[in-house]
Formats: sequence, structure tokens, C-alpha cells
Amino acid sequence: MSILVIAEHDNARLGAATRNVVAAAAAIGGEVHVLVAGGGARAVAEEAAQVASVSKVLLADGPSLAEGLAENLAAQVLAVAGGHSHILFAATASGKNVAPRVAARLDVAQISDIVAVESADTFVRPIYAGNALATVQSADATQVITVRTTAFDPVAATGGSAAIESIEAVADAGKSRFEGRELAKSDRPDLTAATVVVSGGRGLGSAENFKILDPLADKLGAALGASRAAVDAGYAPNDWQVGQTGKIVAPQLYVAVGISGAIQHLAGMKDSKVIVAINKDAEAPIFGVADYGLVADLFQAVPELVQAL
Amino acid sequence: MKVLVPVKRVVDYNVKVRVKSDHTGVDIANVKMSMNPFDEIAVEEAVRLKEKGAATEIVAVSCGVAQCQETLRTAMAIGADRGILVQSDAELQPLAVAKLLKALADKEQPGLVILGKQAIDDDANQTGQMLAALLDWPQATNASQVEVQGDRVQVTREVDGGLETLSLSLPAIITTDLRLNEPRYVTLPNIMKAKKKPLETVTPEALGVDVAPRLKTLKVVEPPSRSAGVIVPDVATLVDKLKNEAKVV
Repeated sequence: MSILVIAEHDNARLGAATRNVVAAAAAIGGEVHVLVAGGGARAVAEEAAQVASVSKVLLADGPSLAEGLAENLAAQVLAVAGGHSHILFAATASGKNVAPRVAARLDVAQISDIVAVESADTFVRPIYAGNALATVQSADATQVITVRTTAFDPVAATGGSAAIESIEAVADAGKSRFEGRELAKSDRPDLTAATVVVSGGRGLGSAENFKILDPLADKLGAALGASRAAVDAGYAPNDWQVGQTGKIVAPQLYVAVGISGAIQHLAGMKDSKVIVAINKDAEAPIFGVADYGLVADLFQAVPELVQAL
Repeated sequence: MKVLVPVKRVVDYNVKVRVKSDHTGVDIANVKMSMNPFDEIAVEEAVRLKEKGAATEIVAVSCGVAQCQETLRTAMAIGADRGILVQSDAELQPLAVAKLLKALADKEQPGLVILGKQAIDDDANQTGQMLAALLDWPQATNASQVEVQGDRVQVTREVDGGLETLSLSLPAIITTDLRLNEPRYVTLPNIMKAKKKPLETVTPEALGVDVAPRLKTLKVVEPPSRSAGVIVPDVATLVDKLKNEAKVV
């Protein structure tokens, strides 16, 4: 039995999420192979070959795979799917985009967002915004799975010495074309991998006011996040959204500022180790999950907190 | 161009579901049901395409129990022209729904299928991508902007770290994200009008689709609950707790 893990990367570096997925693969048991499908991505394959628990790296390198188009990426996964009992993706924008496409072609179910491995065919996954955990068993020959990365501690980035095998990249399907990408440039850690997250909600009141969180995030080395209300109101960019349909985070410390705590938001952060809530409304549901609550005006408390840290 | 919009009947997003005491699932008896919010955005987008002249007919589809007719009526009140109910009391998993939709797409020949990116009950985020694979059509998931340009559609997608723009040849699959649009309020005259719009009912058998579930739910439990901690009186106490008790700063 061997498990195929689809690497997350930007053609230059291996995405950290990949090591969480390898950990899930190791929990299932069996040989772990990593597929790096990209354009000019040899460095990614070399990095993947160092990752603990990985026994083989497949490198498919070609222009059709450079931009992560779902049609081509799925075709590449299908080209090497044979012989693997499990195909694992990170539950990221890319993994969620491609995994169902692979599963449908194999005529198997796809299991989304697993948080635990019970056995080789049985997995635990959250449903209803994390208000319930379902244990599901698959009857299919191949398991196509996306892994909630925060639920699995990453394997070591080094210690492995897998062989890299080059395989032919698939031809371009010719149905979709990459036009452009606008990625936010930030020196802050990645939201889903950060050890500290500072998130703001509607209580911030404006995009201008949202900047009050910058010095706090600087001080804590934190990533910045936001509630859906704050994103909808235009206070924060949409890729900052933490919640059921946004990013799922589980940092060591989550600081919720001016966030009331709708269930959809809690779904995205309630597995954080320590939660701090700052809100002037003592009745806000966020206090129901916070380890430390401070009922205060955030515009006074946040600068004071920056001073005191 | 015809646009197909699948809509799912789900527990309303304001309802906090409870796990059944026998751990077989969640209790959805007597709770408010609504159209999946992302599907509402999909219907709205289709209606806007029609208003702009890019679409000519909007067909709403729902797969599930007889009450899904209400969901279809809501879609028609927003502006869909007709509805198709694939009626089944069976548990319909994403692969089965994708196969049903493929059968309907083969019949209806839409230029575009717009779906919600994810249903808020099973949180699977699969059906659109699976349908794209079965039809061998291009896909753009998590759309925040859609523009039909002749025989192509340009879609801006929400991805990790920002936005990405793709151009797809039609026919194509789009799944909606939250920021694509804000669905209009349904007015009473439109609800009345929707009641007169055609609604056809078919069965999975008639479409020749095997909908048997591939995943068996062994049990459903409550997640470990997180209890409230303490309210601290001031910032100084908070910092002290974080440093000396939680040891996270």
C-alpha cells in the first residue's frame, strides 16, 4: 500500500502544509510518495525529498503545470494515481480545487477536511461548521482525501532522503487559461501556519481603524486575520477571513479583537490553544470560548497591550 | 446561453444543530431549512447575467426530498425561469449529485453551470469540481467576479493569499464565493410569480444514475467543547496571565 501526497508549492518552495499532509499519510501507514507537479519546480522536489517519512518524490515539470490549473493538475494526479491506495491533498484553495476532480474521474467519493485517521478506510471530519464530528468509512478502492492541516502536526522538514523520479508532464487541456494573480505581499507569517494570530472584527469600524492591529501583530510576530463581517465591510482583504468557509487556524495564541463570535467564525479558530478576546460587549459569544476575556474599548486596550508586551 | 444553477436545501445558517443522542447524525427535524447561502449567490449571479443579456434562460435544479420544491420556488422568485427537482429520499452524497447534474447537463446543454462553492451542512466543497470532471469542462471555483466575453468567461477567484484570474472556454463550471454578489431580497410579487413558473420532477432512476452512498457514517459526535475561561479586569492582568499562566508570549 502506498500513499500519494500532492505537494503544495509555488514552484520555488514547498508549502508548509505538505508536511502536515505527510503526517496524515504516516498516520494511515504505508509508503509515502509525494507528487510535485509544477513548472520549473525542481527545487520543490529537492525540498520534498528531504521531508521525513517520504520514500519517493515524483516530479512532473512542465508549462502546463506552472499555474496550478485544476484541469491539468487533476490530469497529472490521475496519470500517477494507479497503484496508490490513498491520494492526499491539503485542504487549501488548491487542494480543494483539484481533489474532487480526481475523485470523480476515479468514480470514488472524496473525503473532505479530515481531522483524524481511525483506520485505512475510516476518517473523522467536521460537518455543520464544526458543530459535529462525523466518522465516515469509505467503501471505495481508492481514498481521495483533503486534510485539515491544523489537525496534524507536521513531520520534520529534514531527515528524509527520498529518490526523485522525473515523470512526463501532461499536455495542456486547453480549456482554461491563467490570466493573472494578485497576491498580497506581506512580511507576516502565513495565516494558516502562524503560531500567533491577531484577528479583527466589525468592532474595528473601518479599514483605517483596522491598522491599529498592526503594531500588536508586529509585537507578537502574528499573522493578521478577520471575521467575515470585517471582510464583508471591506475592512480587511478576503483572504484574511477566518471561519467555516474561510481559513481554519489553530495557533498557540489567537487574539480576537472586536469580534462578536458567530458560530461560523468560531468554526475557524476554536481549536486554537489559547484564545484572548477583547470586546466592549460583555455578552459577546466570543467570551464563551475565550481563555482570557477583556471587556474593554479596543481602541484603548490594544495600544495599551502593545505597550505592556 | 442557458445557465443551470443547482440549489441545495440545508439547515438555515442561523440554526445551531444538535447531535442526536444515538450518534447517528444531527437532529434536523423541525428546524428551519433554507437555500444554501452560496447557492443563493449562484442564482443571483445567473440572474445578473440574464439582466446583462449574457444569459437567456436560467434553470434551477435541486436534488433531494419533495420539500426541495420550496428551495426551487425561492430560486424562481430570485429570477430563475424554471425548476427541475430530482426527487429522492436517499442520502445524496456529492458524487451522486454530480452524476445527477451531469445527466441533466447532457439533456439541457447549458453554457454555464453556477454552483455554490460549498454547502453549509456537509461542508464538502466537492460537487462543482466533480461535475466539471464528469463533463470534462473547465472550472473556476471560489469566484468573486464573473464576466462572460463571447465564447469565454473570465473569472476572478479567491485563493490562498489573494486573487487569481482565469479565462475559461464555454461551457464551463463556476462555483461562488461570498463576495461575488449580494443576493436581492425576494419580493412578494416575485414569490407569487414563481408559483406559476414550470417545475418538473424527475427521479435518479429515470436519469439512469446510481445514487448509492459511497461513504458510510459510522457515528456523529459533538466536538470537544471549549469552556469559557476568565474575564480579566485590565490589560496588565491579561499580559501577566499570557506570560506566566499560559506562557504563550
